[in-house]
Amino acid sequence: MSESYMIKVEKLNKSFGDLHVLKDIDITVKESDVVCLIGASGSGKSTLLRCLNFLELKDSGNIIFEGEKVEKETHDLNKVREKVGMVFQHFHLFPHMTVLENVMEAPLHVKKLSKDQVKKEAQELLRKVGLSDKENVYPSKLSGGQKQRVAIARALAMKPDIMLFDEPTSALDPELVGEVLSTMKELAEEGMTMVVVTHEMGFAKEVADWAVYMHDGRIVEVGHPEDLFNNPKEERTKNFLDSVL
Amino acid sequence: MDLLTKFIDTYPVFLKGMLLTFQLTAVAVFIAIFIGLFFAFLKISRIKVLEWIADIYIFLVRGTPLVVQIFIFYFGLTALDISQFWSVVLGLAFHNGAYIAEIFRGSIQSIDKGQMEAGRSLGMTAGLAMRRIILPQAFRRAMPPLGNQFIIALKDSSLASFIGMYELFNVATTYGSNEYDYMSYLLIVAVYYLVLVLIFSVLVNMVEKRMASSD
Ligand SMILES: Nc1ncnc2c1ncn2[C@@H]1O[C@H](COP(=O)(O)OP(=O)(O)O)[C@@H](O)[C@H]1O
Ligand SMILES: [Mg+2]
Repeated sequence: MSESYMIKVEKLNKSFGDLHVLKDIDITVKESDVVCLIGASGSGKSTLLRCLNFLELKDSGNIIFEGEKVEKETHDLNKVREKVGMVFQHFHLFPHMTVLENVMEAPLHVKKLSKDQVKKEAQELLRKVGLSDKENVYPSKLSGGQKQRVAIARALAMKPDIMLFDEPTSALDPELVGEVLSTMKELAEEGMTMVVVTHEMGFAKEVADWAVYMHDGRIVEVGHPEDLFNNPKEERTKNFLDSVL
Repeated sequence: MDLLTKFIDTYPVFLKGMLLTFQLTAVAVFIAIFIGLFFAFLKISRIKVLEWIADIYIFLVRGTPLVVQIFIFYFGLTALDISQFWSVVLGLAFHNGAYIAEIFRGSIQSIDKGQMEAGRSLGMTAGLAMRRIILPQAFRRAMPPLGNQFIIALKDSSLASFIGMYELFNVATTYGSNEYDYMSYLLIVAVYYLVLVLIFSVLVNMVEKRMASSD
């Protein structure tokens, strides 16, 4: 294995019935890479992320995670998922638990760590995302930006090796986008490996090491964000960028 | 005034009947919750054979009168030396389990798919996510229809009088026939049922309020 590859995808294909959603996807994410995934709605970005943490199972191709080819026959996918954090567009916080309980839930019941230790670490994470004062509040009392920061803390509590973000700011009011992006930026600066589906071009340019443009289930173009956004080589990339900017 | 006198004269016996009515219902519904949960899981298992088993059970319960079910359980189980009380309880549990299965199935399926996904993405097994994430929310959502089902069960338990259980309704008809005055005792027993239902509704309301505190 090339020691620094966090995740490597080879010729990944995925269909839902007759709908061929991912077509021969090849992508390699190195440790501490921040990759931005862009593309029109329906192009398969979410499905790709969901394949990367095995919420969706591939039809063919390889997913090599930390040097190991992961197959559902040979691997406990739950164990793999522990190392792959995921943040969703609509947060999906657990509404019946307080903010602190949300963050403690997985380390406590999946890793079965001691409550004292888990609590301390959860409080530390909440401090990091700036929500210490909300520990005992239920998610319904939070703003969208706060919810998403809790969701990030919840994922980080499992100490994942890579974080996947699926349009983490798309459901937020514009004035709340910044607080989430700055939390993500901090994370990137600490060296977290991240794959982010986003249309926040500013964030992509500032934080991402490279950007990937997907169209109709294929990767059309890969490049440094500045290059890809400013001088796309492919006509389809250019058309897409014109439509979103 | 006559009615009031009758009420006062008979209340010790009626209270006993009320206690039995409550016991029959509470134990039956308690068991029915487990039966219901079990068949709800079969229904959502996405395994055809298991779904069929649940469908057949629900069809049997819905397709036959409760009084027939109670008699079948009574004659079937007392033949096995099971007491009258328990054969009625199990008959009522069998019956209510089907309705409660549908309540749970609905409430489990009403929980946003994202909740299961969020749980799985944290490394939870499907079972753990079901237990820790989905069921607590589904139970909360099932409370109003469950409360409703309990009230139905409370009233349905009057059918136990047909096999001689001395619960509320039986007390009323016994007095009625002994004193050639059905109407007075039927009105009296209606009041007891209303009081039971009222107490229970208030209890359910309190539980719902407490559960809702996080929303
Ligand atoms: N579970 C599913 N079943 C059937 N079709 C799906 C499912 N998930 C996604 N799709 C379809 O796959 C295509 C790609 O979806 P998605 O990956 O969500 O795209 P994006 O995130 O880029 O908008 C869409 O046409 C969508 O309708
Ligand atoms: Mg998507």
